[in-house]
Amino acid sequence: MIEVIDLCKSFGHLEVLRHINMRVAEGEVVCIIGPSGSGKSTLLRCLNLLEQPTSGNVIIDGVSLMDKKTNINEVRQKVGMVFQLFNLFPHKTALENITMGPIKVKRMSKQAAEELGRTLLAKVGLSDKADVYPHQLSGGQQQRVAIARALAMQPKVMLFDEPTSALDPEMVGEVLAVMKDLAREGMTMVVVTHEMGFAREVGDRVIFLDEGRIVEEGKPQEIFTQPREERTRVFLSKIL
Amino acid sequence: MEVVIRTFPVLLIGAGITLGITVISVTNGCILGLIAGLARLSKRRFLSFLATCYVDFFRGTPLLVQILIVYFGIPYLLDGLQKYLMANYGTPQLFDSTEIPRFWAAVIACSLNSGAYIAEIFRAGVQSIERGQMEAARSLGMTHGQAMRYVILPQAFRRIIPPLGNEFIAMLKDTSLLSVIGFEELLRRGQLIVGETGAVFEIYLTCAFLYLIMTLSFSRLVDYTERRLKTRDRSY
Repeated sequence: MIEVIDLCKSFGHLEVLRHINMRVAEGEVVCIIGPSGSGKSTLLRCLNLLEQPTSGNVIIDGVSLMDKKTNINEVRQKVGMVFQLFNLFPHKTALENITMGPIKVKRMSKQAAEELGRTLLAKVGLSDKADVYPHQLSGGQQQRVAIARALAMQPKVMLFDEPTSALDPEMVGEVLAVMKDLAREGMTMVVVTHEMGFAREVGDRVIFLDEGRIVEEGKPQEIFTQPREERTRVFLSKIL
Repeated sequence: MEVVIRTFPVLLIGAGITLGITVISVTNGCILGLIAGLARLSKRRFLSFLATCYVDFFRGTPLLVQILIVYFGIPYLLDGLQKYLMANYGTPQLFDSTEIPRFWAAVIACSLNSGAYIAEIFRAGVQSIERGQMEAARSLGMTHGQAMRYVILPQAFRRIIPPLGNEFIAMLKDTSLLSVIGFEELLRRGQLIVGETGAVFEIYLTCAFLYLIMTLSFSRLVDYTERRLKTRDRSY
């Protein structure tokens, strides 16, 4: 579903990603962990070209993102993204946040979009919040609306950029629960996270990134219980 | 006092003209400002350069000079161009007046000036919207234009209402400069009455009073709108 080939990204002289190669199969849940500044978010943002890679290639569902003929807006419809700070549209209600993509991008009728929107709100447990504005919602609720907004485009892949990092501790659970449901339904997911519990429980694979390189990857049990690399061990010992 | 009462209707019409020319200029200014403001933010260097030249020129020179250039300079230029074309290419004479109507000169000068200030207001408004908003919109597959139209600009518009109101008030006062080309707005009418009656103090004070009524009521309106928007969207 996703193939990353020799991806490099520099900001000026700063090399953030160095020769990343990875694949994500359909239905797989891949968690990317690593210290801050290791390039996790940048890697994720390269997968839908919110960051333009310096070199290398990203292939999503058979479409090369670096090909000049590729219409990135079409690819992005297949790749949902959830942000650390939610980034809901503050001037729109929860329901309008969700229906905006389908209506404006997919030209879905308002009625069909609202039906879809309400189904998705129910799915994330917020049926009663359709007409509420984002600032009237808690962080956890906002993030769940943001997940519903991304799902409204019926993507094949979902990218999560530290989706629980900005939340109060008691709200982390409700967001992770929604993500677990998604994983169970077979959604292909790439999750940048500090939630090791989630990675262990839901992740099919964990990738440990440090200084822009993939240091180690494998099944969560292997990585968490017997990491092969010293750097992984040091990192895990600090956070577990 | 008797003079003031007798001439008050004339001044009142002048105030109406002042208000009218301000509304027209600021409305045009909004259109120009939106275009120039977005052009300044454009990745296309040439477009952004053109917009910067426009904004810098009209913000960096006095409105009085701009009014004089438009009213006296443009007809002079057009006339020169026409004479050149007639002499060298034998084109027929297209117009014979070397004057443009005062009203049009007033509209052109004030609109261009207002557009430059409003361009900066728009630019600042758009830039004040968090980057995440554009990213979220683009991540749904919206084009840059769609994201601007449906996500960024609606939010920016709300934020620029107060500075836009201030621009309106500033322009309302600055239209008094149009008196130098004889455009009969409030101040010019006052000057003419002073010329006739010699009631310098009474008439100019009345003019000032009329300006004050207009600016104060408008700034009240802006305050009110601002407060209403704030209570509605606390997150802004």
